[in-house]
Amino acid sequence: MSDTKTKKKRKEKPPIEEPLLAPGHRACSGCGESLGAKLVMDAAGPNTYATCCTGCLEVFSTPYPESAWKMPWIHSLFENSSAVAAGIEAALIAQGRDKDVNIIAMGGDGGTADIGIGCLSGMLERGHNILYVCFDNEAYMNTGVQRSGLTPFDARTSTSPPGKRSWGNKTTKKNLPGIAGAHGIPYVATATVGYPNDLINKVKKALKIQGPKYMQVHVPCPLGWIHPTDQTIEIAKLAVLTGLIPIYEMEYGEVTRVRKIGKNRRPVEDYLKPQGRFRHLFAKGAEAEEELEKIRQIAEDNIKKFGLA
Amino acid sequence: MKEFIEGSMAVARGVAVCRPHVVSAYPITPQTHIVEHLSEMVADGDLDSQFINVESEFGAASVVLGAAAAGGRSYSATTSQGLLLMGEVLFNIAGLRLPISITVANRAVSAPINIWNDHSDAMVFRDAGWIMLFAEDNQEVHDMQIQAYKIGENPEIMLPVLVNMDGFILTHAYETVETISQKEADDFLPPFKPEYYLDVNKPITMGVLGDPNYYLETRYSLQEAIDESRDVVKQVAREFKEKFGRWYGDLIDTYRTEDADTVFVAMGSLVGTIKDTVDELRDKGEKVGLLKIRCYRPWPGEEVVESLKNIDNVIVLEKAVSLGASGMMADEIKASLFDTPHRPKISNFFIGLGGRDIPKESLIKVYNQVKEKPQYNQFVDLKPELLEYPS
Ligand SMILES: Cc1ncc(C[n+]2csc(CCOP(=O)(O)OP(=O)(O)O)c2C)c(N)n1
Ligand SMILES: [Mg+2]
Repeated sequence: MSDTKTKKKRKEKPPIEEPLLAPGHRACSGCGESLGAKLVMDAAGPNTYATCCTGCLEVFSTPYPESAWKMPWIHSLFENSSAVAAGIEAALIAQGRDKDVNIIAMGGDGGTADIGIGCLSGMLERGHNILYVCFDNEAYMNTGVQRSGLTPFDARTSTSPPGKRSWGNKTTKKNLPGIAGAHGIPYVATATVGYPNDLINKVKKALKIQGPKYMQVHVPCPLGWIHPTDQTIEIAKLAVLTGLIPIYEMEYGEVTRVRKIGKNRRPVEDYLKPQGRFRHLFAKGAEAEEELEKIRQIAEDNIKKFGLA
Repeated sequence: MKEFIEGSMAVARGVAVCRPHVVSAYPITPQTHIVEHLSEMVADGDLDSQFINVESEFGAASVVLGAAAAGGRSYSATTSQGLLLMGEVLFNIAGLRLPISITVANRAVSAPINIWNDHSDAMVFRDAGWIMLFAEDNQEVHDMQIQAYKIGENPEIMLPVLVNMDGFILTHAYETVETISQKEADDFLPPFKPEYYLDVNKPITMGVLGDPNYYLETRYSLQEAIDESRDVVKQVAREFKEKFGRWYGDLIDTYRTEDADTVFVAMGSLVGTIKDTVDELRDKGEKVGLLKIRCYRPWPGEEVVESLKNIDNVIVLEKAVSLGASGMMADEIKASLFDTPHRPKISNFFIGLGGRDIPKESLIKVYNQVKEKPQYNQFVDLKPELLEYPS
C-alpha cells in the first residue's frame, strides 16, 4: 500500500541512529519492558552510563557472550543498581570524567519497590545526578510472575492466585512515585510505553535536571498479564485511559503536570477484560461485581487525586 | 614519620596515601573511627576523595563496586553484622574482578550481640574469592593498606582484598607508627589503571548472565587468579621491605621455630601475645615457636608444610568456630599435611571468642595440656558454671 512519494521522502531522512539497546535480544515478543528500555536509552543518547538490577531486562539483554547494550552498562545484583550508579558517579567525579554524561539506573518493579527500596532511598536522598527508571510490569516476571509491591489489586500472580478464599493480590500498588517525591527530589514522573513520545520527552527533560530523578514506566508483560502479544500498546493505553495508571510529573514533591483523560475515559473493564490475570473477576455473581466495584473506586480515586477528568 | 596514633588512624593514614577516588562506609563499632578519620580528612581537604555516606553496608559495598567498575580506586571498612550484610555484594565484587580494598575491624557476630573481637565475621567469607590478610599490630595494618591495593590491582590478579585487624585490640589502641608519606606512597603504588572499566568512549557490558556453558570457567579463572596471587603477596612484601625496611612475613611468618618441637599457629593480634609467651617458655627451656598466618586466602599450604616439617606438636589457636565442624584453619593445616611424609600432631583450640581476654597464662595452660596429650576442638577458658542450668 505504500506510495512511492512517502518512500522517497523516507530515504531522504538521515539514517536512524543505531539503537542503544540493539535488536536481537531475547525478550518475549510484545515485551513492554524491552520497548521501554529502548525508548529510554535512545532518548538519553550514547553518552550514558547504565546500571541494571537483576530481572528480565538484564537476563534477556546480556546472556554471555552476547550483549544488546551499546553503552557502558553494568549489572551487579537484584537490589543495588541505584547504589552502583552512585558509585559510578562518585568515581567519574573523582576522575574528572563526569562532564556531559548521563547516569541511568534501571530496575524492575520488584528490584525497585521491594528489595531495592533501601538503596533507592539512599540514592535519592544523597542528591546524586542520576536518573532512576523503574520498569513496572507489576510482578516478579523473571522468576515466574510472583507478586511485588507494585502488583495491582486483585491481579492473579503465581503467589497471589485467586481461589475459593481469594480474589488474587490483596494489596493495591505501593505509591512509589509518591515515596520518591517525598525525598524532595527535583523530578519524578510516571510514563508508559502506551505513550512513547511522552516517555521520551520526560527522559530528556529529566536528564536536563541536575540531581536525583525518578521515573516509573508502566510496561505490559504479555506473558505475565496474559494478553495477546500484539496488544501491548493498546493495553498500556487502556491502563491510563481507565484511570488505573495516572500519568503525571512531580517537582520537589508536588504534582506539577498530569495527563488528562477527559472525555476519553474508559470503564476499567475495558482494561481488565483482555488480561488473563483479571479473568476471575468476570465470573458470574455478586462477589465478582463487588471486586470490580473496588477497582472502579481505585480508578475514581486516582482521577480525583490527580485531577485527570 | 613516627607518630603516636590510634590504630584506626593508622588505617586511615594508610588508606589516604593510596589516594582512593571513592570511600563509602556505614558506621559500626569498632570500625567507626576509621571512617570518621577519613571523613575528617576529606572535610579538611587533606584527602581528595569522594566520601559517600550510605544507608547500609549493603549500599556501601555496592557504591564501591560501582566506583571500581568505573575505574576508580575505592575503599570501605566494616565489621561483623556490617560485613555479613555486605555478603551478597562481596561475592559479586570478586566475580566481577574488582580490586577493592575493605578493612575489617574483626568482631564477633550476633546473637548474642557482642561488639568485641574475634574472627567469626571474616571467616564466613573465606570462600568468596577475596584475598584475606590479617595484621598483627598497628604498624602492620598501616602498611597493609598500600600492599592490599598493590596486590589486588596487579593486572594478573584483579581481586579484592579484605584487610583484617582485631577490633578494639588494634583499632582503639595507641601505638607509635611510622607513617608512609604521600611521596613514598606514590613511588610504591602506581595509579589504578584497569584494562576494562565503564567508559562512554569505549562501552563494555559488565555483569552478564553466565549460563552453564560459561559459568564454570569463570570460577576456574577466579581460582587460578587467587592461586597466582600467592606470588604477588610475597613479591609485594619483598618490595615493601626494600623500600620501607619493614617486614611482617609474606604469606606467613615464623618466630623462634628453628629448633622447635612445638609451634603455635594463629592470626592477627594474638600473634603478639604468643610471641611473648614463646619467649617466656623458651626462657624455661621449652622448644617452642610460632607460625603466623598473615595471608589466610589464598591459603599458604606449601609454606605451612615447609614450616612444620620438623615439628611434632602444632597448637592451632582460632578466634572462630565452624559450627558443626571444627576449626577452619586447623582443618586446612591438616589437609595441607595429609599428603606429606611428616604429619605432626595437630591440637586445636577456640580462643578469645566475643572478646574474652587472652592472657599469657591461658596460652601456657594450653601449651601444658598439649604437652600431656593432643587436644581437639577445645574452648579455652570456658566457664563451666555458666553452662549449668539454674536449679
Ligand atoms: C537477593 C535476591 N533475591 C531474589 C532473587 C531472584 N530474582 C531475580 S529477578 C527477580 C524478579 C525480578 O522482578 P522485577 O524486579 O519486577 O523485574 P522483572 O523481571 O519483572 O522485569 C527475582 C525475585 C535474586 N536474584 N536476588
Ligand atoms: Mg517486574
